[in-house]
Amino acid sequence: MKIVKTLLASAAMAATATSAFAVDLTIVSWGGAYSASQNNAYHKPFMEMRKDVTIINDESSNEAVAKLRAMSEAGNITWDIVDVEGPDSQRLCDEGLAMEIDFDEWLAPAPDGSPATKDFGDSLINACFIPQIVFSTTFGYRTDVAAWNGATPTSLCDIFDLEKFPGKRSLEKRPKKNVEWALLCDGVTKDELYDVLSTPAGVERALAKLDTIKKDVIWWSAGAETPQRLADGEAVIGSTYNGRLFSVIVEQKQPVAMLWDWQVFDFDGWIIPAGVSEDKLPLIKEYIRFATDTQRLADQAKFISYGPARASSQPLVGQHAELGIDMAPHMPTNPANQTNYLVNNIEWWADHQDDVEATFQAWLAR
Amino acid sequence: MTQTHAPVLTQDGRPLKASLARALRRDKLRAFLLIAPLLAFVLLTFAAPIADMLFRSVENGIVADTLPRTVAALEGWEPATGELPDEPVYAALVEDLKEAVAAKTHTRLGTRLNYELSGMSSLFRKAGRSVQKIEGDDVKAQMIAEDAGWGDIQVWSTVKRLSPRYTPSYFLAAVDAKQTEAGVAFLPERERIYLMLFGRTLSMSIVITLACLVLGYPVAFLLAHLPLRTSNLLMILVLLPFWTSLLVRTSAWKVLLQQQGVINDILVWIGLIGDNARLVMMNNQTGTIIAMTHILLPFMILPLYSVMKTISPSYVRAAKSLGANDWTAFWRVYFPQSVPGIGAGAVLVFILAIGYYITPELVGGTSGIFISNRIAFHISSSLNWGLAAALGTLLLLAVMILFVVYDKIVGIDNVKLG
Repeated sequence: MKIVKTLLASAAMAATATSAFAVDLTIVSWGGAYSASQNNAYHKPFMEMRKDVTIINDESSNEAVAKLRAMSEAGNITWDIVDVEGPDSQRLCDEGLAMEIDFDEWLAPAPDGSPATKDFGDSLINACFIPQIVFSTTFGYRTDVAAWNGATPTSLCDIFDLEKFPGKRSLEKRPKKNVEWALLCDGVTKDELYDVLSTPAGVERALAKLDTIKKDVIWWSAGAETPQRLADGEAVIGSTYNGRLFSVIVEQKQPVAMLWDWQVFDFDGWIIPAGVSEDKLPLIKEYIRFATDTQRLADQAKFISYGPARASSQPLVGQHAELGIDMAPHMPTNPANQTNYLVNNIEWWADHQDDVEATFQAWLAR
Repeated sequence: MTQTHAPVLTQDGRPLKASLARALRRDKLRAFLLIAPLLAFVLLTFAAPIADMLFRSVENGIVADTLPRTVAALEGWEPATGELPDEPVYAALVEDLKEAVAAKTHTRLGTRLNYELSGMSSLFRKAGRSVQKIEGDDVKAQMIAEDAGWGDIQVWSTVKRLSPRYTPSYFLAAVDAKQTEAGVAFLPERERIYLMLFGRTLSMSIVITLACLVLGYPVAFLLAHLPLRTSNLLMILVLLPFWTSLLVRTSAWKVLLQQQGVINDILVWIGLIGDNARLVMMNNQTGTIIAMTHILLPFMILPLYSVMKTISPSYVRAAKSLGANDWTAFWRVYFPQSVPGIGAGAVLVFILAIGYYITPELVGGTSGIFISNRIAFHISSSLNWGLAAALGTLLLLAVMILFVVYDKIVGIDNVKLG
């Protein structure tokens, strides 16, 4: 018994002793160009400032909800800060897996002194979510398709026009966004969209529209697939996240262009897992306050074409850190790119995802 | 002369039989202690999590745990009457919900019930926001005023149907069926997917196994009969891809098979097909079959080779000296002796194929994916772990049944790895 106690005591001492010298901060994100932009804009300057902190990058954000659920069931939270999309943050917040945040206490005010809640505005979509960026899912197309006779797609509905724009399409292997786009091109207005979808006939109508191009669709499940297919010439038009298309077009200089029509907006940002240890909390707070201030959010936009979630950061968005080009025209939030846009109805998808997903998968298999 | 059966004694005076048994027992114990760490490790890290995961396919404590009072109050209510539950049930629900909202378990319950009836998720989420306002008498009217969903008899019958702690509903969902008021019924045709996927997984695994056998048998035969120096070189050609990462090999197939890929380019270049008639060899069943056959081929060749290595060449020589031609000598003498290797290879390849996930995901498109892709989807994306567990259990059962059938027809002792 005594031995056990001694062992435990020394282990505890070892734990506190190490934390006094070096602390690990585990930050979970999406990997690729996106994590690189966070690394450049937030992690590196933060570690410069706090020499005793080591930031560990974990790239499991696409399974964050499942893993956080499993961790919470096991009672062992090993993550400190997690980067998730808006709908996932809603889910985590509702289930009590993410901590509720007092935004004005946690986040730095804008340079003009206005409180964070005002500066972030509409991007604060729930009580747990600290937004960083606005991204969108939109289309890219090849600019050198001989069969198009010099024409280029100008509207979303050109996706469904196989006569004018023949060739393979790359679409996501999920119903979300696809059914909305299909209905928009089938004559449904933006306001009626979810009312129409709420009826089984509405989903069938969307699938019937998708049926017209089904034989020419290659389906993707990872965001990197469309850029790769466009670069290979395997597909001529495809949907994906705008930052990925930016890197194909601007950084890799492939013959690809953007189609912003009916881009679907979403937020991405931090959540703090509920049940994270009390000792870590001050450090987490310090990091969050640093990484979401006006300058830092604007800095991230130097590395990737996602719009900062703070109003005060937008005027600071300048040029690409390496290429030196102006970033503003590549942002989804740029007014010129925003003539038609959509925001997914998270509530509707929470209720109908299972049913629509089953119908969609069965339709795919037919 | 009389003979007594006195027990044979060992030197220390004990009966030999007892002494022997004791020695054996000690040996067994020692052997057991030697493997005990491994056994404990396997049980703890492999068997227990699997058992726990399988248990999720029937587990359904969430309704009874989150809404204990409501479940008790609903006992006397029958959905068949067509009447909504009475006031006490609503009062119990409000009390349960207030507790659940404090513990934030109401949304999880909503998600669970949403698998059975869409709309439940938002019904519970909205109730979480409005339930604090409900006070005093006539709770029923207040609840229905807040959300008409609480006046829907289907909502209540779903809650009641899922009150028991164990449920067959995940298994029903896994075979495209659903419990309704009128009993178990299949889903509408447009939502059925799993039975078709199980069928496809089995039939494609059979095709892949056969393809491996057809391609692997001659290779193994060659390897077993060439001089050692040549066969070792060839063996490396078999093993080298085997040692390469699965992901790398699958991605290589993507490069080869795609429409703008190497194979199509060559075919166009030599003029066999037109540039606008490139073959579609990927993102469909063809892609899955080609890539998986290549990836699983070593699992067929290696057991075949090790069995063929042990077949004495003198049998074939003897057959030939007795007048058999090459084909007869092979078919009547050699082939039957290689059957244990075929058995081992086929079982290995088939069982690996049936649970494959990465390759179909990458090159299978929509028509070439397996049931395991749906299981992975439900584990990591839709988070419907119960359904994933039920699908996994069915897959496990299918493998076991096939194994038993194989044992009955071919005999499992016919399987030999060398």
